[in-house]
Amino acid sequence: MTSKGIERLLLVLALSSVGSLALITFFIFWEGLPLILGTGPGDFLFSTHWAPTKGRFGIGAMIVSSVVVTLGALVLGVPLGLACAIVLAEFAPKRLKQVLKPTLELLAGIPSVVYGFLGVLWLVPLIREHLGGPGLSLLAAAVILGIMILPTIISISIDSLSAVPDLYRDGSLALGATRWQTVQRVVLPAARSGIITAIILGMGRAVGETMAVIMVAGNALKLPTSLLDPVRTLTSNIALELGYASGRHREALFATGVVLFVIIMILNLTAAAVTRRR
Amino acid sequence: MTTSPDASAEPQAGPPVITVRGLHLYYRDFHALKNVSCDFAGRAITALIGPSGCGKSTLLRVFNRMNDLIEGVRLTGQVLIDGQDIYAKGVNLTQLRKKVGMVFQRPNPFPLSIFDNVVYGPRLHGRPRKAELEEIATRSLAAVGLWEEVKDRLGTPALSLTEEQQQRLCVARLLAVEPEILLMDEPCSALDPISTLAIEDLVSELKERFTVVIVTHNMQQAARVSDQTAFFNLKAQGEPGRLVEIDTTERIFSNPKEKATEDYISGRFG
Ligand SMILES: Nc1ncnc2c1ncn2[C@@H]1O[C@H](COP(=O)(O)OP(=O)(O)O)[C@@H](O)[C@H]1O
Ligand SMILES: [Mg+2]
Repeated sequence: MTSKGIERLLLVLALSSVGSLALITFFIFWEGLPLILGTGPGDFLFSTHWAPTKGRFGIGAMIVSSVVVTLGALVLGVPLGLACAIVLAEFAPKRLKQVLKPTLELLAGIPSVVYGFLGVLWLVPLIREHLGGPGLSLLAAAVILGIMILPTIISISIDSLSAVPDLYRDGSLALGATRWQTVQRVVLPAARSGIITAIILGMGRAVGETMAVIMVAGNALKLPTSLLDPVRTLTSNIALELGYASGRHREALFATGVVLFVIIMILNLTAAAVTRRR
Repeated sequence: MTTSPDASAEPQAGPPVITVRGLHLYYRDFHALKNVSCDFAGRAITALIGPSGCGKSTLLRVFNRMNDLIEGVRLTGQVLIDGQDIYAKGVNLTQLRKKVGMVFQRPNPFPLSIFDNVVYGPRLHGRPRKAELEEIATRSLAAVGLWEEVKDRLGTPALSLTEEQQQRLCVARLLAVEPEILLMDEPCSALDPISTLAIEDLVSELKERFTVVIVTHNMQQAARVSDQTAFFNLKAQGEPGRLVEIDTTERIFSNPKEKATEDYISGRFG
Protein backbone atom coordinates (compact mmCIF):
# COMPACT_ATOMS: atom_id res chain seq x y z
CA MET A 1 0.00 0.00 0.00
CA THR A 2 1.27 3.50 -0.68
CA SER A 3 1.90 5.82 2.23
CA LYS A 4 -0.95 8.02 0.99
CA GLY A 5 -3.22 5.00 1.18
CA ILE A 6 -2.07 4.13 4.70
CA GLU A 7 -2.64 7.71 5.76
CA ARG A 8 -6.20 7.57 4.45
CA LEU A 9 -6.89 4.25 6.09
CA LEU A 10 -5.65 5.59 9.44
CA LEU A 11 -7.80 8.66 9.04
CA VAL A 12 -10.89 6.52 8.39
CA LEU A 13 -10.12 4.38 11.46
CA ALA A 14 -9.59 7.46 13.62
CA LEU A 15 -12.79 9.07 12.41
CA SER A 16 -14.81 5.91 12.94
CA SER A 17 -13.65 5.57 16.55
CA VAL A 18 -14.40 9.21 17.27
CA GLY A 19 -17.68 8.77 15.41
CA SER A 20 -18.74 5.75 17.44
CA LEU A 21 -17.96 7.61 20.67
CA ALA A 22 -20.11 10.50 19.49
CA LEU A 23 -22.86 8.03 18.58
CA ILE A 24 -22.77 6.40 21.99
CA THR A 25 -22.99 9.77 23.69
CA PHE A 26 -25.87 10.80 21.49
CA PHE A 27 -27.67 7.50 22.06
CA ILE A 28 -27.40 7.72 25.86
CA PHE A 29 -28.81 11.22 25.88
CA TRP A 30 -31.48 10.36 23.31
CA GLU A 31 -32.72 7.46 25.41
CA GLY A 32 -32.32 9.09 28.80
CA LEU A 33 -33.10 12.77 28.50
CA PRO A 34 -36.87 12.48 27.79
CA LEU A 35 -37.41 10.63 31.07
CA ILE A 36 -35.41 13.20 33.06
CA LEU A 37 -37.47 15.99 31.51
CA GLY A 38 -40.71 14.02 31.96
CA THR A 39 -40.09 13.24 35.66
CA GLY A 40 -38.67 16.70 36.18
CA PRO A 41 -34.91 17.05 36.77
CA GLY A 42 -35.43 18.04 40.42
CA ASP A 43 -37.51 14.99 41.19
CA PHE A 44 -35.24 12.65 39.26
CA LEU A 45 -32.03 13.87 40.88
CA PHE A 46 -33.19 14.53 44.44
CA SER A 47 -36.03 12.11 45.18
CA THR A 48 -34.85 8.95 46.92
CA HIS A 49 -37.87 6.93 45.85
CA TRP A 50 -36.88 4.41 43.18
CA ALA A 51 -39.78 2.07 42.30
CA PRO A 52 -39.69 1.56 38.54
CA THR A 53 -42.75 -0.73 38.50
CA LYS A 54 -44.77 2.02 40.20
CA GLY A 55 -43.40 4.70 37.89
CA ARG A 56 -41.26 6.34 40.59
CA PHE A 57 -37.83 7.27 39.35
CA GLY A 58 -35.74 9.12 41.96
CA ILE A 59 -32.01 8.42 42.01
CA GLY A 60 -31.13 10.72 44.94
CA ALA A 61 -30.07 7.86 47.23
CA MET A 62 -27.83 6.40 44.54
CA ILE A 63 -26.18 9.73 43.82
CA VAL A 64 -25.45 10.15 47.52
CA SER A 65 -24.16 6.56 47.69
CA SER A 66 -21.91 7.02 44.66
CA VAL A 67 -20.53 10.26 46.07
CA VAL A 68 -19.89 8.88 49.55
CA VAL A 69 -18.36 5.64 48.25
CA THR A 70 -16.09 7.66 45.97
CA LEU A 71 -15.06 10.07 48.71
CA GLY A 72 -14.41 7.12 51.00
CA ALA A 73 -12.21 5.54 48.34
CA LEU A 74 -10.28 8.81 48.02
CA VAL A 75 -9.85 9.16 51.78
CA LEU A 76 -8.16 5.75 51.75
CA GLY A 77 -6.51 5.75 48.35
CA VAL A 78 -5.06 9.24 48.10
CA PRO A 79 -2.89 9.31 51.26
CA LEU A 80 -1.78 5.73 50.70
CA GLY A 81 -1.11 6.23 47.00
CA LEU A 82 0.70 9.52 47.47
CA ALA A 83 2.84 8.16 50.27
CA CYS A 84 3.72 5.19 48.10
CA ALA A 85 4.54 7.43 45.12
CA ILE A 86 6.71 9.74 47.24
CA VAL A 87 8.67 6.85 48.73
CA LEU A 88 9.20 5.20 45.36
CA ALA A 89 10.02 8.39 43.43
CA GLU A 90 12.09 10.21 46.04
CA PHE A 91 13.52 7.83 48.61
CA ALA A 92 13.70 4.28 47.25
CA PRO A 93 16.75 3.13 45.29
CA LYS A 94 16.25 3.56 41.54
CA ARG A 95 16.25 -0.16 40.92
CA LEU A 96 13.43 -0.78 43.39
CA LYS A 97 11.35 1.86 41.61
CA GLN A 98 12.09 0.26 38.24
CA VAL A 99 10.77 -3.06 39.52
CA LEU A 100 7.86 -1.88 41.66
CA LYS A 101 6.29 0.72 39.36
CA PRO A 102 5.44 -1.70 36.52
CA THR A 103 4.28 -4.23 39.11
CA LEU A 104 1.90 -1.70 40.60
CA GLU A 105 0.68 -0.75 37.15
CA LEU A 106 -0.04 -4.42 36.58
CA LEU A 107 -2.53 -4.22 39.49
CA ALA A 108 -4.63 -1.94 37.30
CA GLY A 109 -5.02 -4.81 34.88
CA ILE A 110 -6.57 -7.24 37.38
CA PRO A 111 -10.25 -7.65 36.41
CA SER A 112 -12.53 -5.87 38.85
CA VAL A 113 -14.50 -9.05 39.48
CA VAL A 114 -11.38 -10.41 41.17
CA TYR A 115 -11.24 -7.43 43.51
CA GLY A 116 -14.94 -7.92 44.22
CA PHE A 117 -14.40 -11.61 44.89
CA LEU A 118 -11.59 -10.90 47.35
CA GLY A 119 -13.84 -8.31 48.97
CA VAL A 120 -16.68 -10.79 49.45
CA LEU A 121 -14.33 -13.46 50.70
CA TRP A 122 -12.27 -11.45 53.19
CA LEU A 123 -13.37 -7.89 53.67
CA VAL A 124 -17.11 -8.37 54.03
CA PRO A 125 -16.85 -11.06 56.76
CA LEU A 126 -14.21 -8.96 58.51
CA ILE A 127 -16.54 -5.96 58.65
CA ARG A 128 -19.51 -8.08 59.70
CA GLU A 129 -17.64 -9.70 62.55
CA HIS A 130 -15.73 -6.73 63.88
CA LEU A 131 -17.88 -3.71 63.10
CA GLY A 132 -21.35 -5.19 62.80
CA GLY A 133 -24.03 -4.75 60.17
CA PRO A 134 -24.47 -7.03 57.17
CA GLY A 135 -20.86 -6.60 56.07
CA LEU A 136 -21.96 -5.83 52.52
CA SER A 137 -21.72 -2.08 52.95
CA LEU A 138 -20.67 1.37 51.92
CA LEU A 139 -17.46 0.83 53.87
CA ALA A 140 -16.64 -2.39 52.03
CA ALA A 141 -17.18 -0.68 48.67
CA ALA A 142 -15.04 2.32 49.68
CA VAL A 143 -12.17 0.10 50.85
CA ILE A 144 -12.19 -2.04 47.71
CA LEU A 145 -12.36 1.04 45.48
CA GLY A 146 -9.62 2.73 47.54
CA ILE A 147 -7.37 -0.21 46.69
CA MET A 148 -8.46 -0.29 43.05
CA ILE A 149 -7.55 3.35 42.43
CA LEU A 150 -4.06 2.96 43.95
CA PRO A 151 -2.30 2.01 40.69
CA THR A 152 -3.75 5.05 38.90
CA ILE A 153 -2.79 7.45 41.66
CA ILE A 154 0.64 5.96 42.30
CA SER A 155 1.65 5.67 38.67
CA ILE A 156 0.63 9.18 37.60
CA SER A 157 2.03 10.72 40.79
CA ILE A 158 5.37 9.00 40.30
CA ASP A 159 5.51 10.29 36.73
CA SER A 160 4.83 13.85 37.84
CA LEU A 161 7.32 13.67 40.73
CA SER A 162 9.97 12.27 38.39
CA ALA A 163 9.31 15.12 35.96
CA VAL A 164 10.46 17.67 38.57
CA PRO A 165 14.01 18.65 37.51
CA ASP A 166 16.85 17.57 39.82
CA LEU A 167 18.06 21.15 39.66
CA TYR A 168 15.35 22.06 42.16
CA ARG A 169 16.26 19.23 44.49
CA ASP A 170 19.95 20.12 44.32
CA GLY A 171 19.20 23.77 45.00
CA SER A 172 17.20 22.88 48.08
CA LEU A 173 19.65 20.31 49.44
CA ALA A 174 22.55 22.70 48.87
CA LEU A 175 20.78 25.20 51.14
CA GLY A 176 20.93 22.64 53.93
CA ALA A 177 17.45 21.15 53.52
CA THR A 178 16.87 17.50 54.37
CA ARG A 179 15.47 15.12 51.74
CA TRP A 180 12.05 15.30 53.33
CA GLN A 181 12.05 19.11 53.56
CA THR A 182 13.00 19.19 49.90
CA VAL A 183 10.13 16.91 48.92
CA GLN A 184 7.64 18.80 51.04
CA ARG A 185 8.63 22.35 50.13
CA VAL A 186 9.84 22.13 46.54
CA VAL A 187 9.10 18.84 44.82
CA LEU A 188 5.45 18.43 45.85
CA PRO A 189 4.47 22.02 44.97
CA ALA A 190 6.27 21.65 41.63
CA ALA A 191 4.42 18.41 40.90
CA ARG A 192 1.09 19.68 42.15
CA SER A 193 -0.83 19.74 38.90
CA GLY A 194 0.24 16.19 38.04
CA ILE A 195 -0.79 14.96 41.44
CA ILE A 196 -4.19 16.65 41.20
CA THR A 197 -4.65 15.00 37.81
CA ALA A 198 -3.80 11.64 39.37
CA ILE A 199 -6.41 12.15 42.06
CA ILE A 200 -9.10 13.22 39.60
CA LEU A 201 -8.45 10.26 37.32
CA GLY A 202 -8.55 7.94 40.34
CA MET A 203 -11.83 9.53 41.29
CA GLY A 204 -13.19 8.90 37.79
CA ARG A 205 -12.19 5.27 38.10
CA ALA A 206 -13.98 5.03 41.47
CA VAL A 207 -17.18 6.66 40.23
CA GLY A 208 -17.34 4.42 37.18
CA GLU A 209 -16.41 1.08 38.76
CA THR A 210 -19.32 -1.35 38.68
CA MET A 211 -18.68 -5.04 39.16
CA ALA A 212 -16.58 -4.91 42.35
CA VAL A 213 -19.05 -2.47 43.89
CA ILE A 214 -22.08 -4.61 43.10
CA MET A 215 -20.37 -7.56 44.75
CA VAL A 216 -19.55 -5.86 48.06
CA ALA A 217 -21.90 -2.87 48.49
CA GLY A 218 -25.12 -4.73 49.30
CA ASN A 219 -27.20 -2.80 46.73
CA ALA A 220 -29.99 -1.70 49.10
CA LEU A 221 -32.26 1.02 47.79
CA LYS A 222 -32.13 3.56 50.59
CA LEU A 223 -30.29 6.60 51.72
CA PRO A 224 -27.35 5.37 53.83
CA THR A 225 -27.20 6.63 57.42
CA SER A 226 -24.05 4.82 58.43
CA LEU A 227 -20.86 3.51 56.84
CA LEU A 228 -22.07 -0.01 57.59
CA ASP A 229 -25.31 0.37 55.61
CA PRO A 230 -25.64 -1.49 52.32
CA VAL A 231 -25.89 0.92 49.41
CA ARG A 232 -26.52 0.97 45.68
CA THR A 233 -24.44 3.23 43.42
CA LEU A 234 -25.42 4.70 40.05
CA THR A 235 -23.36 2.17 38.11
CA SER A 236 -24.72 -0.75 40.11
CA ASN A 237 -28.26 0.41 39.46
CA ILE A 238 -27.80 0.24 35.70
CA ALA A 239 -26.01 -3.08 35.72
CA LEU A 240 -28.44 -4.74 38.11
CA GLU A 241 -31.67 -3.76 36.36
CA LEU A 242 -30.87 -3.37 32.67
CA GLY A 243 -31.33 -7.10 32.06
CA TYR A 244 -35.08 -7.05 32.66
CA ALA A 245 -36.00 -3.37 32.26
CA SER A 246 -38.25 -2.18 29.48
CA GLY A 247 -40.16 0.94 28.52
CA ARG A 248 -39.94 3.83 31.00
CA HIS A 249 -37.85 1.71 33.35
CA ARG A 250 -35.26 1.22 30.63
CA GLU A 251 -35.31 4.93 29.88
CA ALA A 252 -34.75 5.66 33.56
CA LEU A 253 -31.62 3.49 33.51
CA PHE A 254 -30.32 5.42 30.51
CA ALA A 255 -31.12 8.59 32.42
CA THR A 256 -28.96 7.26 35.27
CA GLY A 257 -26.28 6.79 32.63
CA VAL A 258 -26.67 10.42 31.57
CA VAL A 259 -25.99 11.57 35.13
CA LEU A 260 -22.90 9.32 35.36
CA PHE A 261 -21.71 10.52 31.98
CA VAL A 262 -21.96 14.14 33.05
CA ILE A 263 -20.13 13.49 36.34
CA ILE A 264 -17.26 11.70 34.59
CA MET A 265 -17.08 14.31 31.83
CA ILE A 266 -16.73 17.04 34.44
CA LEU A 267 -13.98 15.10 36.21
CA ASN A 268 -12.04 14.49 32.99
CA LEU A 269 -12.38 18.07 31.81
CA THR A 270 -11.15 19.28 35.19
CA ALA A 271 -8.17 16.91 34.93
CA ALA A 272 -7.41 18.18 31.44
CA ALA A 273 -7.69 21.81 32.55
CA VAL A 274 -5.38 21.23 35.52
CA THR A 275 -2.80 19.49 33.35
CA ARG A 276 -2.87 22.21 30.74
CA ARG A 277 -2.42 24.99 33.33
CA ARG A 278 1.16 23.94 34.11
CA MET B 1 51.84 23.85 43.87
CA THR B 2 51.13 25.40 47.21
CA THR B 3 51.09 22.96 50.04
CA SER B 4 51.85 25.01 53.14
CA PRO B 5 49.23 27.37 54.45
CA ASP B 6 51.55 30.39 54.47
CA ALA B 7 52.63 30.07 50.86
CA SER B 8 49.17 30.87 49.53
CA ALA B 9 48.63 33.81 51.82
CA GLU B 10 48.51 37.01 49.87
CA PRO B 11 48.81 40.41 51.50
CA GLN B 12 45.11 41.22 51.14
CA ALA B 13 43.76 37.74 51.77
CA GLY B 14 43.20 36.07 55.12
CA PRO B 15 44.47 32.67 56.24
CA PRO B 16 43.27 29.62 54.29
CA VAL B 17 39.66 28.78 54.89
CA ILE B 18 39.63 25.64 52.77
CA THR B 19 42.50 23.19 52.91
CA VAL B 20 42.69 20.11 50.72
CA ARG B 21 45.26 17.39 51.37
CA GLY B 22 45.93 14.43 49.09
CA LEU B 23 42.37 14.27 47.78
CA HIS B 24 41.43 11.44 45.45
CA LEU B 25 37.88 11.09 44.22
CA TYR B 26 36.31 8.19 42.35
CA TYR B 27 32.97 7.78 40.58
CA ARG B 28 32.74 4.00 41.04
CA ASP B 29 35.83 2.80 39.11
CA PHE B 30 36.51 6.12 37.45
CA HIS B 31 39.31 8.10 39.05
CA ALA B 32 38.09 11.69 38.64
CA LEU B 33 40.47 13.68 40.84
CA LYS B 34 44.01 12.60 41.59
CA ASN B 35 46.04 13.75 44.57
CA VAL B 36 44.77 17.32 44.87
CA SER B 37 46.33 19.47 47.59
CA CYS B 38 45.76 23.19 47.89
CA ASP B 39 44.66 26.05 50.11
CA PHE B 40 41.94 28.57 49.37
CA ALA B 41 42.29 31.91 51.08
CA GLY B 42 39.50 33.52 53.05
CA ARG B 43 37.74 36.67 51.87
CA ALA B 44 39.19 36.21 48.43
CA ILE B 45 38.04 34.82 45.14
CA THR B 46 39.64 31.65 43.86
CA ALA B 47 38.98 30.73 40.26
CA LEU B 48 39.12 27.11 39.10
CA ILE B 49 40.05 26.83 35.45
CA GLY B 50 40.86 23.97 33.14
CA PRO B 51 39.51 21.96 30.24
CA SER B 52 36.11 20.36 30.42
CA GLY B 53 36.04 17.09 32.35
CA CYS B 54 39.08 17.84 34.53
CA GLY B 55 36.98 17.72 37.69
CA LYS B 56 36.30 21.37 38.54
CA SER B 57 32.63 20.83 39.32
CA THR B 58 33.49 17.64 41.14
CA LEU B 59 35.95 19.49 43.40
CA LEU B 60 33.39 22.21 44.07
CA ARG B 61 30.86 19.58 45.14
CA VAL B 62 33.47 18.14 47.52
CA PHE B 63 33.31 21.31 49.58
CA ASN B 64 29.59 21.13 50.40
CA ARG B 65 29.43 17.35 50.13
CA MET B 66 26.89 17.45 47.30
CA ASN B 67 28.83 14.50 45.86
CA ASP B 68 27.29 12.42 48.64
CA LEU B 69 24.08 12.46 46.60
CA ILE B 70 25.73 10.69 43.67
CA GLU B 71 25.74 6.92 43.98
CA GLY B 72 29.15 5.27 43.98
CA VAL B 73 31.27 8.30 44.87
CA ARG B 74 34.29 7.47 47.01
CA LEU B 75 36.92 9.84 48.29
CA THR B 76 40.19 9.67 50.19
CA GLY B 77 42.37 12.41 51.59
CA GLN B 78 41.46 15.32 53.79
CA VAL B 79 39.30 18.38 53.31
CA LEU B 80 39.37 20.96 56.08
CA ILE B 81 37.12 23.98 56.30
CA ASP B 82 38.12 26.38 59.06
CA GLY B 83 40.34 23.59 60.33
CA GLN B 84 37.46 21.09 60.61
CA ASP B 85 37.54 17.84 58.65
CA ILE B 86 34.23 17.99 56.81
CA TYR B 87 34.34 14.28 56.02
CA ALA B 88 34.84 13.28 59.65
CA LYS B 89 32.17 11.13 61.30
CA GLY B 90 29.26 13.03 62.78
CA VAL B 91 29.58 16.14 60.60
CA ASN B 92 26.20 17.86 60.38
CA LEU B 93 25.43 18.19 56.65
CA THR B 94 22.78 20.84 57.23
CA GLN B 95 25.25 23.02 59.13
CA LEU B 96 27.95 22.43 56.54
CA ARG B 97 25.69 23.38 53.64
CA LYS B 98 24.41 26.44 55.46
CA LYS B 99 27.99 27.56 55.85
CA VAL B 100 29.13 26.52 52.37
CA GLY B 101 26.56 27.67 49.85
CA MET B 102 26.42 26.88 46.14
CA VAL B 103 25.29 28.72 43.01
CA PHE B 104 24.62 26.42 40.09
CA GLN B 105 25.48 26.60 36.43
CA ARG B 106 21.89 27.13 35.37
CA PRO B 107 19.85 29.52 37.49
CA ASN B 108 17.57 27.26 39.53
CA PRO B 109 15.06 29.34 41.46
CA PHE B 110 12.27 27.16 42.84
CA PRO B 111 8.88 27.37 41.12
CA LEU B 112 7.67 29.54 43.99
CA SER B 113 7.27 33.27 44.44
CA ILE B 114 10.30 35.56 44.58
CA PHE B 115 9.74 36.09 48.29
CA ASP B 116 9.38 32.38 49.05
CA ASN B 117 12.62 31.73 47.18
CA VAL B 118 14.64 34.24 49.17
CA VAL B 119 13.36 33.12 52.56
CA TYR B 120 13.49 29.42 51.70
CA GLY B 121 16.68 28.84 53.71
CA PRO B 122 15.71 30.81 56.84
CA ARG B 123 12.41 28.95 56.92
CA LEU B 124 14.23 25.62 56.76
CA HIS B 125 16.47 26.42 59.64
CA GLY B 126 13.99 27.93 62.06
CA ARG B 127 10.61 29.54 62.50
CA PRO B 128 11.34 33.20 61.92
CA ARG B 129 8.50 35.68 62.28
CA LYS B 130 7.06 37.46 59.26
CA ALA B 131 8.81 40.73 60.05
CA GLU B 132 12.15 38.96 60.32
CA LEU B 133 11.59 37.22 56.99
CA GLU B 134 10.76 40.51 55.31
CA GLU B 135 13.89 42.02 56.77
CA ILE B 136 16.00 39.11 55.48
CA ALA B 137 14.39 39.29 52.04
CA THR B 138 15.01 43.01 51.75
CA ARG B 139 18.62 42.72 52.86
CA SER B 140 19.42 39.73 50.65
CA LEU B 141 17.77 41.15 47.55
CA ALA B 142 19.47 44.49 48.10
CA ALA B 143 22.84 42.76 48.44
CA VAL B 144 22.50 41.33 44.94
CA GLY B 145 21.10 44.53 43.46
CA LEU B 146 17.67 43.09 42.83
CA TRP B 147 15.62 44.90 45.46
CA GLU B 148 14.68 47.95 43.43
CA GLU B 149 13.64 45.80 40.47
CA VAL B 150 11.40 43.37 42.34
CA LYS B 151 10.27 45.11 45.53
CA ASP B 152 6.78 45.69 44.11
CA ARG B 153 6.27 42.13 42.94
CA LEU B 154 7.71 39.85 45.58
CA GLY B 155 4.66 37.63 45.24
CA THR B 156 5.11 36.89 41.54
CA PRO B 157 6.67 33.61 40.39
CA ALA B 158 10.46 33.63 40.39
CA LEU B 159 10.44 31.91 37.01
CA SER B 160 8.98 35.06 35.43
CA LEU B 161 12.31 36.86 35.98
CA THR B 162 15.00 37.09 33.32
CA GLU B 163 17.84 34.55 33.52
CA GLU B 164 20.20 37.13 34.96
CA GLN B 165 17.66 38.16 37.59
CA GLN B 166 17.08 34.51 38.36
CA GLN B 167 20.78 33.96 38.93
CA ARG B 168 20.90 37.01 41.19
CA LEU B 169 17.91 35.64 43.04
CA CYS B 170 19.76 32.36 43.54
CA VAL B 171 22.66 34.29 45.07
CA ALA B 172 20.23 36.24 47.26
CA ARG B 173 18.60 32.97 48.34
CA LEU B 174 22.05 31.83 49.42
CA LEU B 175 22.98 35.02 51.24
CA ALA B 176 19.77 34.72 53.25
CA VAL B 177 21.19 31.71 55.13
CA GLU B 178 24.34 33.74 55.92
CA PRO B 179 26.95 31.40 54.49
CA GLU B 180 30.68 31.99 54.82
CA ILE B 181 31.82 30.34 51.64
CA LEU B 182 30.19 30.67 48.21
CA LEU B 183 30.78 28.01 45.59
CA MET B 184 29.88 29.07 42.08
CA ASP B 185 29.89 26.62 39.19
CA GLU B 186 30.12 28.63 35.97
CA PRO B 187 27.42 30.99 37.25
CA CYS B 188 27.45 33.01 34.04
CA SER B 189 27.44 30.25 31.45
CA ALA B 190 23.70 30.61 30.80
CA LEU B 191 23.88 34.42 30.58
CA ASP B 192 24.55 36.94 27.83
CA PRO B 193 27.75 39.07 27.96
CA ILE B 194 26.16 42.10 29.62
CA SER B 195 24.47 40.02 32.30
CA THR B 196 27.77 38.21 32.76
CA LEU B 197 29.53 41.48 33.55
CA ALA B 198 26.78 42.38 35.98
CA ILE B 199 27.11 39.08 37.83
CA GLU B 200 30.90 39.46 37.85
CA ASP B 201 30.53 42.83 39.55
CA LEU B 202 28.30 41.17 42.09
CA VAL B 203 30.88 38.45 42.71
CA SER B 204 33.62 41.06 43.22
CA GLU B 205 31.48 42.83 45.78
CA LEU B 206 30.76 39.60 47.61
CA LYS B 207 34.48 39.09 48.15
CA GLU B 208 34.38 41.73 50.87
CA ARG B 209 32.37 39.41 53.07
CA PHE B 210 32.75 35.91 51.72
CA THR B 211 35.23 33.35 50.57
CA VAL B 212 34.35 32.66 46.95
CA VAL B 213 35.36 29.70 44.80
CA ILE B 214 34.25 30.11 41.21
CA VAL B 215 34.55 27.70 38.29
CA THR B 216 34.81 29.37 34.94
CA HIS B 217 35.53 28.52 31.34
CA ASN B 218 36.10 32.14 30.60
CA MET B 219 39.73 33.20 31.01
CA GLN B 220 38.93 36.89 30.90
CA GLN B 221 36.47 36.34 33.70
CA ALA B 222 39.02 34.49 35.84
CA ALA B 223 41.55 37.25 35.19
CA ARG B 224 39.04 39.99 35.96
CA VAL B 225 37.46 38.76 39.15
CA SER B 226 39.77 36.38 40.97
CA ASP B 227 42.64 36.87 43.40
CA GLN B 228 43.89 33.34 43.11
CA THR B 229 43.63 30.86 40.26
CA ALA B 230 43.91 27.08 40.26
CA PHE B 231 44.59 25.37 36.96
CA PHE B 232 43.42 21.78 36.57
CA ASN B 233 44.26 19.51 33.69
CA LEU B 234 43.96 15.95 32.53
CA LYS B 235 46.26 13.98 30.27
CA ALA B 236 43.43 12.73 28.12
CA GLN B 237 39.71 12.14 28.30
CA GLY B 238 39.10 9.35 30.82
CA GLU B 239 42.29 10.13 32.75
CA PRO B 240 41.99 11.62 36.23
CA GLY B 241 42.02 15.39 36.66
CA ARG B 242 45.02 16.88 38.49
CA LEU B 243 45.82 20.24 39.96
CA VAL B 244 48.64 21.65 37.85
CA GLU B 245 49.26 24.78 39.85
CA ILE B 246 47.63 27.32 42.08
CA ASP B 247 48.96 30.82 42.53
CA THR B 248 47.90 34.44 42.50
CA THR B 249 45.86 35.20 39.44
CA GLU B 250 48.42 37.75 38.36
CA ARG B 251 51.22 35.20 38.28
CA ILE B 252 49.12 32.47 36.66
CA PHE B 253 48.21 34.80 33.83
CA SER B 254 51.57 36.59 33.42
CA ASN B 255 54.24 33.98 34.14
CA PRO B 256 52.97 30.62 35.30
CA LYS B 257 55.46 28.05 36.55
CA GLU B 258 54.10 25.25 34.38
CA LYS B 259 54.24 25.09 30.63
CA ALA B 260 50.79 23.42 30.52
CA THR B 261 49.22 26.40 32.26
CA GLU B 262 50.75 28.83 29.82
CA ASP B 263 49.64 26.75 26.84
CA TYR B 264 46.12 26.45 28.10
CA ILE B 265 45.76 30.13 28.93
CA SER B 266 47.30 31.43 25.71
CA GLY B 267 45.21 28.92 23.76
CA ARG B 268 42.04 30.10 25.42
CA PHE B 269 42.87 33.78 25.07
CA GLY B 270 44.04 33.43 21.46
N1 LIG C 1 27.76 11.89 38.46
C1 LIG C 1 28.83 11.42 37.82
N2 LIG C 1 28.98 10.10 37.63
C2 LIG C 1 30.05 9.61 36.96
N3 LIG C 1 31.03 10.36 36.45
C3 LIG C 1 30.94 11.70 36.60
C4 LIG C 1 29.84 12.30 37.29
N4 LIG C 1 30.01 13.64 37.28
C5 LIG C 1 31.17 13.87 36.62
N5 LIG C 1 31.74 12.71 36.22
C6 LIG C 1 33.00 12.56 35.48
O1 LIG C 1 34.03 13.15 36.24
C7 LIG C 1 34.89 13.92 35.40
C8 LIG C 1 34.93 15.34 35.91
O2 LIG C 1 33.67 15.94 35.70
P1 LIG C 1 33.37 17.44 36.13
O3 LIG C 1 33.75 17.60 37.55
O4 LIG C 1 31.96 17.72 35.78
O5 LIG C 1 34.36 18.25 35.20
P2 LIG C 1 34.35 19.80 34.83
O6 LIG C 1 33.38 20.50 35.71
O7 LIG C 1 35.76 20.21 35.04
O8 LIG C 1 33.99 19.87 33.39
C9 LIG C 1 34.34 13.80 34.00
O9 LIG C 1 35.07 12.81 33.30
C10 LIG C 1 32.93 13.35 34.19
O10 LIG C 1 32.52 12.53 33.13
MG1 LIG D 1 31.59 21.57 35.24
